[in-house]
Amino acid sequence: MRPFSWRFIRMWQRNGDVFFRLWHAEVPGFIAEPVLVLLAMGLGLGAYVGLVDGQRYIEFIVPGIIAAYAMFSASFECTYGTFFRMEYQGTFDAIIATPLNVEDVIAGEIFWGATRSLLTGTMILAVAAAFHLVHSSWALLIPAVCFLEGIMFASIAVLFTSVVPSIYSFNYYFTLFITPMFFFSGVFFPLSSFPSIVETVSWVVPLTPAVRLTRALVSGELHIGLVWALVLILVLGAAFFSAALVMMRRRLTT
Amino acid sequence: MVVIKTNNLTKKFKDLVAVDDVNLEIEEGECFGLLGPNGAGKTSLIRMITAVSPPTSGDIWVLGGDLSAHSREVKSALGVVPQVDNLDPDLTVLQNLMTFARYFNIPKVEARRRSMEVLSLFQLEDRCDSKIRELSGGMKRRLLIARSLINMPRIVVLDEPTIGLDPQAKYLVWHKLTELKSQGVTQLLPTQNMEEASTLCDRVAIMHQGKVLTIDAPEKLVSSYFGDEIWEIEAAGEERNNIVSVLESRGLEYENVGGKVHVFNVDADEWITGLVRSVEGLRRRPATLEDVFFRLTGRSLTE
Repeated sequence: MRPFSWRFIRMWQRNGDVFFRLWHAEVPGFIAEPVLVLLAMGLGLGAYVGLVDGQRYIEFIVPGIIAAYAMFSASFECTYGTFFRMEYQGTFDAIIATPLNVEDVIAGEIFWGATRSLLTGTMILAVAAAFHLVHSSWALLIPAVCFLEGIMFASIAVLFTSVVPSIYSFNYYFTLFITPMFFFSGVFFPLSSFPSIVETVSWVVPLTPAVRLTRALVSGELHIGLVWALVLILVLGAAFFSAALVMMRRRLTT
Repeated sequence: MVVIKTNNLTKKFKDLVAVDDVNLEIEEGECFGLLGPNGAGKTSLIRMITAVSPPTSGDIWVLGGDLSAHSREVKSALGVVPQVDNLDPDLTVLQNLMTFARYFNIPKVEARRRSMEVLSLFQLEDRCDSKIRELSGGMKRRLLIARSLINMPRIVVLDEPTIGLDPQAKYLVWHKLTELKSQGVTQLLPTQNMEEASTLCDRVAIMHQGKVLTIDAPEKLVSSYFGDEIWEIEAAGEERNNIVSVLESRGLEYENVGGKVHVFNVDADEWITGLVRSVEGLRRRPATLEDVFFRLTGRSLTE
């Protein structure tokens, strides 16, 4: 792997500029939808759900919704968004003719994807706090967790994007990878409620450690097991980040 | 001073040899044309010289440095006009230039000054706030060329700079490129447009199937292959066969092109005028770079 340089910031700035020019198009997907899911599931379904420790269901799902929509933000940005810039707009070709190298461009993409996760997670957290659903000041660390989670999911997404032949391939990515995680990573129900085989699989998919971290930070109930969750996010993030840089160099510089 | 030098440069894609052992030396301040049919290897060559694609073998020096070791430094002194529009459609005209300047780390105030300068150079200054999709094809190409000058490059690489332009815009671009050359900016110009190559280029290389077949000044190429003029004789059937046999007996170079016979390097006009019954089927015209192009790369489609 060739290293990326500080120049990645230029790619990150470019994506940020475009986002804030068109931000109104992004609001429904990444702010309105999670709040809608939170209210519908939390208040609607929640009326029928009694949790063992007497916690309200809407409080139970807040951290999972934050982690899941942080995942969605980075994933959309670095699949459809990255592919569009790369294949249809020629944006990467234009930029790698400047002092930026492929690694700078891809690092900029991934850090921008992670920034989207941070923005989405923070917005949902703010809404949840406004509804008095957050009770611990540890929750202030949630944006940082969203950013690290975002690096991991953005890297996985870019790696997938580096090998797909067409934009239709992303249907597989979302149907077979992202959506199952949404349901089987402890967002809506505790993992222990699944058959043991599903529970075992859940422990190793990347959304699970993110949900565990946000859940602990929202409730303030920290424990040593969270170190493992954090390490898992960092290790997966670093591994997929490196792989994404290598594979994208292959795709873009033949 | 040589600003671009390639040494046994080769690029292979699986079984295809796209660029085959190319040796070039391009001098500072010269306009160097690359001619060749589609698939000749021009774009692969350009992609290697602009540090976008690594060579399979061989070396490239640009501005005195080994490209593989100094790609960032080289790219910061390079302007690239791609064949396909890759302007940023999510940004306005001015934002496109400002964002591009930022990739070169040009401070904001200076970037704005240069943006306005290159926009007015290509008569786009009143389109600052236009969206890219509101521009015509010609405006987009002018903007692409303007964008390539934002870092005040020492070398510009222009891949078919006037493709799709109307004659007015084409002459504007040619005029600006000539001005740029007079400022000492080296130009590397892959093109299919023979008129463009003859007008702008000090030297051209003709490429075919990955190889450089010849390199020289356009007018020298023409005179060395064809003398000054070409005789075109329109003839068919029996008459044509007769003409051809006479040409052969006199040892004259000729070529059958469609319904015509082209005759080259004719020293005395009477050799030709005596051959045909009527002057209507006879035409004498200056030889052009296109004739050289056909001679070297053939008349059949290459792909």
